[in-house]
Amino acid sequence: MKKEMTGEEREKLAGIIHGYRGERRELIPLLQEIQEELGYLPREAMEEIANFLRIPKVLVWGVATFYNQFRFVPLGKYPIRVCLGTACHLAGGNLILEALERELNITVGGTTEDYKFSMERVACIGCCMLAPVVVIKTKIYPGMTPFKVEESLIPYKQDSLSP
Amino acid sequence: MTFREVEDKARSEWETLQNRIYITISTATCGRAAGALDIADLINKELARRSMEIPVIETGCMGLCYAEPLVTISKLESLRIVYHNITPELVPRLIDGYILGDDPCLELALGTLETEGENGPYIPELSRFEHELRLILRRCGYIDPKNIYHYIANGGYRGLDKALRMSPEEIIGKVKGSGLRGRGGAGFPAGSKWELCRTAKDTPKYVICNGDEGDPGAFMDRVILESDPQQVIEGMIIAGYAIGAREGYIYVRAEYPLAVERTQVALRQAKELGFLGDDIMGSGFGFHIEIAKGAGAFVSGEATALVSAMEGRRSEPRPRPPRLAEAGLWAKPTLLNNVKTFSYVPLIIEWGADWFSGIGTKRSKGTAVFALAGKVNNPGLTEVPMGTTLREIVYDIAGGMQNGKRFKGVQIGGPSGGCLPESLLDTPVDFDSLREAGSMMGSGGMIFMDEGDCAVDTAEFFLDFVTRESCGKCTMCRLGTLHLLHILEDITKGRGKMEDIDLLLALAEDVKGGSLCGLGSTAPNPILTTLRYFRDEYEAHIGEKRCPALVCKELIAYYILPEKCDRGCEHCVLVCPTEAIKGGKGEVKVIDQNKCSKCSSCLQVCPPEYNAVVKLSPISELPP
Repeated sequence: MKKEMTGEEREKLAGIIHGYRGERRELIPLLQEIQEELGYLPREAMEEIANFLRIPKVLVWGVATFYNQFRFVPLGKYPIRVCLGTACHLAGGNLILEALERELNITVGGTTEDYKFSMERVACIGCCMLAPVVVIKTKIYPGMTPFKVEESLIPYKQDSLSP
Repeated sequence: MTFREVEDKARSEWETLQNRIYITISTATCGRAAGALDIADLINKELARRSMEIPVIETGCMGLCYAEPLVTISKLESLRIVYHNITPELVPRLIDGYILGDDPCLELALGTLETEGENGPYIPELSRFEHELRLILRRCGYIDPKNIYHYIANGGYRGLDKALRMSPEEIIGKVKGSGLRGRGGAGFPAGSKWELCRTAKDTPKYVICNGDEGDPGAFMDRVILESDPQQVIEGMIIAGYAIGAREGYIYVRAEYPLAVERTQVALRQAKELGFLGDDIMGSGFGFHIEIAKGAGAFVSGEATALVSAMEGRRSEPRPRPPRLAEAGLWAKPTLLNNVKTFSYVPLIIEWGADWFSGIGTKRSKGTAVFALAGKVNNPGLTEVPMGTTLREIVYDIAGGMQNGKRFKGVQIGGPSGGCLPESLLDTPVDFDSLREAGSMMGSGGMIFMDEGDCAVDTAEFFLDFVTRESCGKCTMCRLGTLHLLHILEDITKGRGKMEDIDLLLALAEDVKGGSLCGLGSTAPNPILTTLRYFRDEYEAHIGEKRCPALVCKELIAYYILPEKCDRGCEHCVLVCPTEAIKGGKGEVKVIDQNKCSKCSSCLQVCPPEYNAVVKLSPISELPP
């Protein structure tokens, strides 16, 4: 799964770091902006941050792994977030999760081999009245059933991966 | 511009809008999930196609989340009508019916909006509004959150204008006199906290708004930031002036991108009009606010942990004292309050401490905002006076239980709270009554459960959540909760022993006592309350290997009643994801229990006139 950063990614990284002052408190905003831009946190980027903020690399790693938001492998083209908040749980959210795992043949936290789908569970996206809810990329699918899972994936599956 | 001039400009802009036809659409996250953006797009297109210039305004959430997408058409000298569950097909009907014509399309309407005095609009047709008292939600869903003039025209920044002419001590006196208690959940008196910060010697001081709403099932802070962000900002500026701070931060969950975006716009506009900056409204007082985005850790909602996160560290809590008021952000005096707490401040300054303390109960003043979800007919957001009973909330506001099922319990306050049974429906909802019942206000999320929800499964769900979210600093929280979870898992999987109940009770006390922050010390609450009120369910799981609510997978089985199965249909066979159902056309269908993944698809598709699929528990009841 690990891959080297591309030249383009390195350029983006340099551009982001350039906008910061180099203070310790900027660590989390830096990680957030890099992930937003690159889609994940490459090891090399975290090492760059450590140099820039003049703090040990292990500290950057320690903070990045603590928070749920940060990822160390790229997401699929269509990231899927399954809500498992209380309302979604009561409405059968775990059944939806299992259906997705079956459909995509990956487990939570995984990415399909073609990098098309990746799947995460989230604690609550605040749409409890529409439970159970799944988010594919940015589109929210309310009132899911295991049966609807297959159907909702079809448009994404049919799309051929862009080169 | 003086404040009067800004106010006049805002009023005239608002009045111009009121004097014409305009459309509002609720496009908070909940509205978007229901498709509101598509509807907004379509309305704009349809209007353009008819060459009509009518403002289409994106608002926040009215709290009527069950009826999204909501479209409101305001017509001068005519009824202002809210339309619900609007689909793309209905858009032309609305435009040709009520915008071009005079047909109010009542078949699509939820109710009408009328403006009544200072309290803002209400919907007389909706009975829930008779029980509600909207103070901090009163503008949500009615104004454009990205237009500061809408806020000002509806009473905004009057509190700040007044506060800047008062002394900081007077302001703190008012907040104390109002009896306002922190809405983050614990209910600490806000005025006392402010005073501690004011009298702290060290400088500079900071104001932080805690918008890290991590409780599953709570979404009121999101709704306020998405619908009326200026009132939070106004409250923070007043707080900054009162305690002597010049900098403030709004800490928002990164999972709430729209709240972040709308708050950013609000901050920019407040700055442009001189409500933020170096010399606020010519008073000489300077205050600046920045947004800090959370990175997804439930524990960040805990005050000391939040400060750690803002300093760029892992959000681990630390022991108190020192309180944040003495040593908070960068070890400086810091005032940290919740989104809702700050929202009340402008009103308390403007309308007075006595007015506020006249609402609510003896020890819990003002209103409470609740997010209603779960098995009720009308989930959404509500604001009621403290002391409203649970029964009123379930039946008068949330519209009763879905499908006529029986109310079983309500989980209040997320993982920190507890599950209250039917026998406590007449409990008044306020800080102290809830604590007495073993629950707590917490974030104000309420999840309603019916007879189809399992108490043990719910407790397991919350324990699973807290074990994932424990920061790991305290052994009892890190390992104690995990042990509790494993015991619950054993019980829901049919491996429980009767002595497990005593072990749960004993360990729960240890976890409560052995944890530094609220996450660990409240983590056992869901177990303790379900054991207190639903002990028979634990015993059925352990003793009879039976899940009375038919939820716990290992203890239930799906079965097709041969006498009810209509041989002609194959719905269940077609939807079964594991090909566990056998039987061709004209044959009785049979579920292969070894293959069944218990996904409930067959139950959902079996036509209601046959009703042939049933759930059984214990599994030993399955016919051979």
